[in-house]
Amino acid sequence: METALSIVVGLLFASAVYLMLSLHTIRILLGVVLLGNSVNLLIFTAGRFRSDVPPIIPIDSYVPTTDVANPLPQALILTAIVISFSFFVFLLVLAYRAYQDLGTDDSDKMRLAEPVGDDTPPQGY
Amino acid sequence: MAATGVTKVDRSLAMVTEALGAWDWLVIAPVALPLLGAAALLLIRKRIAWHAPASIAIMLLMLAADVGLLIRVWNEGPVHMAMGSWLPPFGIIFAVDTLGAVFATITAFIGLVCAVYATAEIDTTEYRYGYFTFYLLMLAGVTGAFLTGDVFNLYVWFEVLLISSFGLLALGSNPIQLDGTFKYAILNLVATTLFLITVGLIYGIAGTLNMADLAIKARSGDLGAPVMSFGVLLTFAFLMKAAAFPLNAWLPASYHVTRSASSALFAALLTKVGVYALLRTLVLVFPELGETFAPVLLIVANSTMIAGALGLLASNDIRRMVGWAVISGIGVILVGLGLGEAAALSGAIAYAIHSMVVMAGLYLLAGAMSWLAGTDSLFKMGGLAVHSPALLLCGLGIVLATAGLPPFSGLWPKAILVEAALSKAAYVTVGIILVNGLLTTIALGRMFAFGFWRAAQMERSELAPFPLLSKSRIVPVATIAIVSLAGGLYPEPWLAASRQAAAGLLDAATYINAVLPEG
Repeated sequence: METALSIVVGLLFASAVYLMLSLHTIRILLGVVLLGNSVNLLIFTAGRFRSDVPPIIPIDSYVPTTDVANPLPQALILTAIVISFSFFVFLLVLAYRAYQDLGTDDSDKMRLAEPVGDDTPPQGY
Repeated sequence: MAATGVTKVDRSLAMVTEALGAWDWLVIAPVALPLLGAAALLLIRKRIAWHAPASIAIMLLMLAADVGLLIRVWNEGPVHMAMGSWLPPFGIIFAVDTLGAVFATITAFIGLVCAVYATAEIDTTEYRYGYFTFYLLMLAGVTGAFLTGDVFNLYVWFEVLLISSFGLLALGSNPIQLDGTFKYAILNLVATTLFLITVGLIYGIAGTLNMADLAIKARSGDLGAPVMSFGVLLTFAFLMKAAAFPLNAWLPASYHVTRSASSALFAALLTKVGVYALLRTLVLVFPELGETFAPVLLIVANSTMIAGALGLLASNDIRRMVGWAVISGIGVILVGLGLGEAAALSGAIAYAIHSMVVMAGLYLLAGAMSWLAGTDSLFKMGGLAVHSPALLLCGLGIVLATAGLPPFSGLWPKAILVEAALSKAAYVTVGIILVNGLLTTIALGRMFAFGFWRAAQMERSELAPFPLLSKSRIVPVATIAIVSLAGGLYPEPWLAASRQAAAGLLDAATYINAVLPEG
């Protein structure tokens, strides 16, 4: 199971990187979403799988008496999901506003912050 | 049935049972204060006259808490606080050593200085959309990153400071801001995600995320081969955050788009969080990685210094120029990591302290200059000396401090780094540090000469008449120039602090014992 999921994680990463290499903001954003989800899956895989036993400790003992599923990766992923989701929402609005104001979704043509042909500084007094 | 079960359990096995002393709350105060303050500002968001005084009061309290924490750490060694009373390594902890306390103190100080400048700069709309809320949240994120003792928690603070920096960058929604923010956001989000990948891998390999526990596991040597692979990712992510060459393109593309006060805050704090994370992970937690990557880091440091200095020379827009100065400062700090022994590390930490203060000052200076002149371009600027002799004096101080010339603070850490590099026979690095200083002097000297000395280049009718420089613009710039001068004339205290911080990083046993007494 871990092997299969590792391959899935790798494929997701590859697609995310491919999409983020695009010039168009919307594809970059789709890449960001895929990247976030592949990381979540990676943390889940790294935490090992046991689907059978919930992590409940019997009364009168301090540690689980059998092997149990690991709850920590799920806590980590939950945090990461919330964060990546809110970032994606922000970026989506930002990209849409940028598209409205700059009139392009081609990141090569978004040159307001770094104008093309900006002067070199004065050479003499 | 449940009740009887609960009473039998001995909680002291996993939890702190005794109550916290009053002083122990100091560990969390520098983060809790701005978080509470940000929430309070949202409640009074319509009374915009209260925003600036309330935030400045919060930052003064933060500064007091940070100084208290620093004194305590200085006298007692690393202290920690367990969240929810769960004993480390089970729960998330804040663990403060000298390095974290020093950086947190400077964070509060810079926050205060830039906030004063911001009161002169931002308008009603920005107040109403919560400028100071974002501002305080960002300070909380940065301070949290400096104080936490847990790798996943470090990631969370990275995200806190990142999302609030997006807010500060995009607030105002000028097209140029949207452009700059988009690039900044994507690049930094990717860097943070790479860090999160590493966190996942670290957890998969080591089974723990507590830094002290990780340091024990890394030293026992049973983590195996994957350490190198996630080490590469980790270093890559933090170097991207720190804007080291060749991952620096996002910084001069974005920092200048927003208000100067925000740019100054970013320049002082955000890249230094990356540097701090590198110091923390590569020296304290995974020393083996630090040793292996040292040659690479030295090459990165050398090329960052060259790239920063050349960018500085080639810029015409003074606010974008300062972005290159930030990058070249990062290069100098990385030299210490690349050489990697006590003297070099203390030089790097001292330079980071100097750089946090002075880069904020440089952005504020550039902001004040371009506001006075009505332009960012060196072609059009001129004649500022006549209009503000006070700014001229402060400007001279900050330019000399950035270039590393006496009697300002940049000289000492550079001297320590050059000495450390000479003792390690890294002559190329010595040469590059010196050339970097020379080129920085030329580029900033040119900015100073064109901006202040030269006669005004344009008819005043072409631009708005010279505005009067208000106190809240000149006081922050002057404060930084004076602090840098004081640091240059009497360097012993902060150099001693950076020596102790470096010693604390190298002496992992003390840190581990403070966090995990029985481990």
